[in-house]
Amino acid sequence: MDKTKDSGTNLTKNNTTVERKSDRELVVTRTFKGPAHVVFNAWTKPELFQRWWAPKSFGVLLLSCELDARTGGKYRLVFRHPSTGEPMPFFGRYVEVIPPKRIVWTNDEGEEPGAVTTVTFEENAGETVVVLHDLYPSKEALDEGIASGSTSGYPMQFEQLDELLVDLEASMDGRTA
Amino acid sequence: MVQYREPVLDATFAALSDPTRRGVLEQLGRADASITNLAEKFHMTLTGMKKHVGVLEKAGLVTTEKIGRVRTCKLGLHALDKEAEWIERYRQLWAERFDELDKIVEELKQKEKAHGQNKR
Repeated sequence: MDKTKDSGTNLTKNNTTVERKSDRELVVTRTFKGPAHVVFNAWTKPELFQRWWAPKSFGVLLLSCELDARTGGKYRLVFRHPSTGEPMPFFGRYVEVIPPKRIVWTNDEGEEPGAVTTVTFEENAGETVVVLHDLYPSKEALDEGIASGSTSGYPMQFEQLDELLVDLEASMDGRTA
Repeated sequence: MVQYREPVLDATFAALSDPTRRGVLEQLGRADASITNLAEKFHMTLTGMKKHVGVLEKAGLVTTEKIGRVRTCKLGLHALDKEAEWIERYRQLWAERFDELDKIVEELKQKEKAHGQNKR
């Protein structure tokens, strides 16, 4: 087996990058092997969106998913984490929706004003670069999110990372077998 | 900054496969130590210990810092500040999501292709 080549493929496949652009901004970038309208649909159609937004590895269940992906429309997602059992709603408003180029939404579930998320889709030679940009109202808001281990209410847990490590270890065992 | 998950884990597991290196991590978990200290504790030559520390360092499990003539080793996770650690977790979260999204994009692409062919 050509292991070098194998990990090379993984490098290009998992090229999700995150950068803290400024005191108030986080930027996530990823390229998808498909045209912009296809990727855009996966962000705006509930039946597609709910298939990837909360992958199994997160350990949370997406109970409901309502997306009215139009400028001025609203969205509402409800998760449940098995350990708490409490439903966790996330909601906000679409500030701008321009198919298949740009989506801007607010994150309104927190007590304080939340980040504004802008996602852009740029197609080039059949591939689409997705840039997700979270703009926090203040440096303090982003710092606080980092200190408490969560941001925009994304459920995050060390246990999930542990599970992920176990899965990866298992799959690596399989690979060398 | 840890950028790519799987190759990093390969390095991590490789680093952890050796009992001496696991011992070094345990030792550093109690207190930082110089390579000379570690070599003495594990009854090894300086060169041998340098190699082990090098493997741990590559995997990000240990960081070293040379102050004067002494190279001090500490656990890598301690060196990662909270923000870097958090950003890495945040990145993994998105990578997980996007791996699922990849599958959907591929599926939709195939569907469109099939649809286009039917029309013709």
